[in-house]
Amino acid sequence: MAQKVLMKGNEAIGEAAIHAGCQCFFGYPITPQTEVAAYMSRRMPKVGRVFLQAESEVAAINMVYGAAGAGVRVMTSSSSPGISLKAEGISYIAGAELPCVIINIVRGGPGLGGIQPAQSDYFQATKGGGHGDYRLVVFAPASVQEMVDLVQDAFDVADKYRNPVMVMGDGMLGQMMEPVEFKERPKKELPEKTWAANGLRGREKHNVINSLFLKPEELEAHNNKLQEKYREIEKNEVRYELYNCDEEMDLVIVSYGTLSRICKNAIKMLKKEGINVGLIRPITLWPYPVEAFEKVIDKTKHGFISVEMSCGQMLEDVQLAVNGRKPVHFYGRSGGMVPTPAEIANKIKGIVGGAK
Amino acid sequence: MAVVFDRPKALLDVPTHYCPGCTHGVIHRLVAEVIDELGILDKTIGVAPVGCSVLAYDYFACDMYEAAHGRAPAVATGIKRAVPDSVVFTYQGDGDLAAIGTAEIVHAAARGEKITTIFVNNAIYGMTGGQMAPTTLPGQVTETSPYGRDVKTAGYPIRVSEMISTLDGAVYVERVSVDSVPNIIKAKKAIKKAFEVQLQGLGFSLVEVLSICPTNWGLSPNESVKWLRDNMIPYYPLGVKKDATTGEVK
Repeated sequence: MAQKVLMKGNEAIGEAAIHAGCQCFFGYPITPQTEVAAYMSRRMPKVGRVFLQAESEVAAINMVYGAAGAGVRVMTSSSSPGISLKAEGISYIAGAELPCVIINIVRGGPGLGGIQPAQSDYFQATKGGGHGDYRLVVFAPASVQEMVDLVQDAFDVADKYRNPVMVMGDGMLGQMMEPVEFKERPKKELPEKTWAANGLRGREKHNVINSLFLKPEELEAHNNKLQEKYREIEKNEVRYELYNCDEEMDLVIVSYGTLSRICKNAIKMLKKEGINVGLIRPITLWPYPVEAFEKVIDKTKHGFISVEMSCGQMLEDVQLAVNGRKPVHFYGRSGGMVPTPAEIANKIKGIVGGAK
Repeated sequence: MAVVFDRPKALLDVPTHYCPGCTHGVIHRLVAEVIDELGILDKTIGVAPVGCSVLAYDYFACDMYEAAHGRAPAVATGIKRAVPDSVVFTYQGDGDLAAIGTAEIVHAAARGEKITTIFVNNAIYGMTGGQMAPTTLPGQVTETSPYGRDVKTAGYPIRVSEMISTLDGAVYVERVSVDSVPNIIKAKKAIKKAFEVQLQGLGFSLVEVLSICPTNWGLSPNESVKWLRDNMIPYYPLGVKKDATTGEVK
């Protein structure tokens, strides 16, 4: 068994990427993810790989496009305003079907916003961000260990589907230290990258990395192909955790990331008062774990509450999953304000009618 | 019978979309001939821009990328860093390189990226139908400078080669023109040297090629060539702007 080491979330991201065989990292400093780049600048040259600090997030994501197109594992990391700048490149990467991993350590927005933890990039990550009909696979770890595991999985999922994968954590996850273990991972069977443009080297036909389809028929066919791929991802890659969902429940919380851990504390507090609350924790924000709702919807008396560090962004997906069958409530803080367990518990007591 | 003139291997046998009289075809051919002569088709990777040469990826026989507008030098950086034994070139127009892509070209040059940029300057946005470019000359009439480029409001053209040559990472920078046979021969020599600089791992190389756009200049090809000579060359003087190869490359 591998040894446990104490690591800061942002540094664990870097080490996990190295474990996954990430050959190139292109970054740009922005709080609160700068330690990812700093860690990579120390480690990548030591393992004979590429670290490069780009002139902007725009350039960094286009360097990712270049390296990914050549068939190597590549990652970039940033935080909210930087992800907005990368959005153009992410759209091209999705259009050209290139595998890569994008880290977003989310801070409060909009605009320059703040530098404290938030979840307000949910829409950007799951509903677009860049232009066109495309999807990112979005992982939302809740601990540094899960971050380590998901970053490594992200490279496999990206390669399997030729699709960019985003790993989204809030500033807390990037900054906190927890013990982590780099487990031995079974080697995945992944498709060979015969499409890579890394020089003909004896190949007869040239490979072209491209997202341009000038004929409407061809672009529609390309989009249909992408949609088929997304349906396949929805079928195979949904991940979630159900917590305290076995019995009949007064209410079910839906919450992801580090906030879900605060919600678990609220659930424990409420239990002492005789209120039984479950938790759906989406681990993939896209594809969204709709099936988790089917497993609990008949067991919850007062429906669901989306608890977020944003102003009701995931709420829309909860409403879609519930589809009017049960009430859907909301509690959110924003701007870097992190709710306390007591705060969440009080909100829930207001809904379910206090102690029974 | 001996073949004295043929399509370079580095160009595919396909019709191009370029307008009659456009010199992109000549410049494509020069790049392809250089790739053939250096015997590097197998390891060359090209990056096409957004602009008239957006479809260059369909014309070159080597592996190709189509980059987002202005980002070709960043894409090329990613390719070269991932596959260091490849030969990577970007092929960019003046809107792509000197307007929206200034940050990418300046920093690729400053880092001394071992890539080669072919910069085609025709003083206008061609693909979108003839708007003012960063290299549009003072007084030049375009769709978005209908009274002639007024430097008081629209500023001055950028001399890219001179600007890039101030950067330590840029090893070889030359401005050439394809307005005449002697100049086309010189242009090919410059492009060849630029690729050789990369092959020897010396740093960044850029060749700016003054080119004509008869369609959007509203002139015949012959008049366009004359316009280039009379107006562009005086503003954009031809010649080597920087050569830090110190004799390693002839």
